[in-house]
Amino acid sequence: MKTYTNPVFSYVRPAELDAPGARRPVVVVGAGPVGLAAAIDLGQRGIPTVVLDDDQTVSVGSRAICYAKRALEILDRLGCGQQVVDKGIGWNVGKVFCRDELVYRFDLLPEPGHRRPAFVNLQQYWFEEYLVNRVREFDDVDLRWENKVVGVVPHADRVDVRVATPEGEYTLACDWLIAADGSRSPVRQMLGLEWEGQMFRDRFLIADIHMKTDFPTERWFWFDPPFHPNQSALLHRQADDVWRVDFQLGWDANPDEERKPERILPRLRAMLGDKADFEIEWASVYTFQCRRMQRFRHGRVIFAGDAAHVVSPFGARGANSGIQDTDNLIWKLDLVLKGRAPDQLLDTYDVERTRAADENILNSTRSTDFITPKSRVSRTFRDAVLSLAKKHAFARRLVNSGRLSVPAILVDSPLNTPDRDPDFACGSGTMIPGAPAADAPVAGPAGDWLLGYLGGDFTLLGFDAAVGPFGVAVEPVDVASLARDRIPCKVVQVGGNPTAGATMIRDVQGLAVRRYDARPGTVYLLRPDQHVCARWRAFDLPSVRAAIARATCNH
Amino acid sequence: MATLNTEPNLPAPDDFYERLIAMHRGLSDDESALVNAKLVLLLANHIGDAGVLAQAMAAACNGMDATGDAGAG
Repeated sequence: MKTYTNPVFSYVRPAELDAPGARRPVVVVGAGPVGLAAAIDLGQRGIPTVVLDDDQTVSVGSRAICYAKRALEILDRLGCGQQVVDKGIGWNVGKVFCRDELVYRFDLLPEPGHRRPAFVNLQQYWFEEYLVNRVREFDDVDLRWENKVVGVVPHADRVDVRVATPEGEYTLACDWLIAADGSRSPVRQMLGLEWEGQMFRDRFLIADIHMKTDFPTERWFWFDPPFHPNQSALLHRQADDVWRVDFQLGWDANPDEERKPERILPRLRAMLGDKADFEIEWASVYTFQCRRMQRFRHGRVIFAGDAAHVVSPFGARGANSGIQDTDNLIWKLDLVLKGRAPDQLLDTYDVERTRAADENILNSTRSTDFITPKSRVSRTFRDAVLSLAKKHAFARRLVNSGRLSVPAILVDSPLNTPDRDPDFACGSGTMIPGAPAADAPVAGPAGDWLLGYLGGDFTLLGFDAAVGPFGVAVEPVDVASLARDRIPCKVVQVGGNPTAGATMIRDVQGLAVRRYDARPGTVYLLRPDQHVCARWRAFDLPSVRAAIARATCNH
Repeated sequence: MATLNTEPNLPAPDDFYERLIAMHRGLSDDESALVNAKLVLLLANHIGDAGVLAQAMAAACNGMDATGDAGAG
């Protein structure tokens, strides 16, 4: 590749080859985006962690390229968001063509007052490289390359992991094993666990090309384009003048033939014209499936990312959902490891994330049925929609070239405290229990964005423009005591008179108040992963403590 | 919830039926299928009510072997 040289991470002889090692709290299998995100979160919480990867470099080829706002916000909490955004390419506009006509255009319409954009595109190898660099900042996280898991033996009180290295095998015992080892998950296979779903009978050619061009930074998707009749095609920009090209090939295509440059070049020439000056950086032929494991937690082995669930790439719901998996998991694991929550809390990871996986699979399956119709009548309706879409607005809403990743809203989670006060906004996009916290520009001691003050631990967010939400009670309440609880909760106050123990911030554009439907005295309780778990119009300490107990299965 | 109207509602049923058949004159089977699909989509959008549409799908599938998901509506 011209624009990127894969780093080679050197193998280091593990101490366990010479003498049995101590049992580890957590072992993560797989140093892809999901495993690395898990490792950073564990590192930030001071949990000694071993990460095992059978390779010695980051992703070969660009693979996952679209990172959504919620994933970027999680990366901010993990300390890598800025690098990804700085290197990545922001985009908002998508266009869908049928033959050579534009039939549908969408604009992700960035609403001002959020730190992160709707999407950035970045090659997976850059993404992983940044996360590897971040992992290396933690002395407690031991990232082991060329350490391949060859056996997993679960016990009631631990998991034994058999690891092969270039110098022999060793066994590592751990309290918890996180399997983030990808869609072919060797751990899943070693444990003989099934996953259910469907495979789609279609093949796609994916290629990265390096090309200087004045094409707009937009997602372009074609149905039946003149340069690739009867199939679909996609063009998407990445960093360093690398472009992602995706051609639907049909089920009968020969993957070995289609991978050859002499087959790829004419396709690209037809698409980009004879004058286009480009070089192929990487190409692959793939099929895809929509599947998930029935359960993501199996005792002390917990699956995350593609190992637990896979979708088609249309919609960017792979890596984005995997990063939400670990965001959901690690704080729970931390509390369980510290003995501050029962291990049933980990079952809620399963409940919350299998539901999110179902939503992703549903959306992805629908997109796939539109892009690759499975029957003649399905194809007829697809073509009817595309034909109507040129003239009629209603049909444009039916055109489905991928419904882009949106954050999971944990609506029915058992960890939520249902609203007691009936007057909170609860429509789409509001801060109902289960919703991820909305961002807003603020001023305060730790930066200019509200999300920077939330998460990591539980956070109580109080609003008041006049008297301070924690000062309205007749008896003064010591909110600072929340920080000293067994499960600590930090306190952030928006406006009002300073309250002892609260971090004071100002709502500089009034957007925090609007987005949280806040009045003087309104308080929100946020989980460590920045999801709302309770909210009240007036503050009282026992309710907050009860909600924290509920959100940690301590009731 | 609105109910699918299956009582007579077309002011001139014979005129409508003649037009429906005439619409397909000279079309191949594939073209006819496409035209029918477009007609279904246009009418579905005009109706808009998901409950009525589900009832119509169920009524249309009544007596067929494969009812798909429509009967669940």
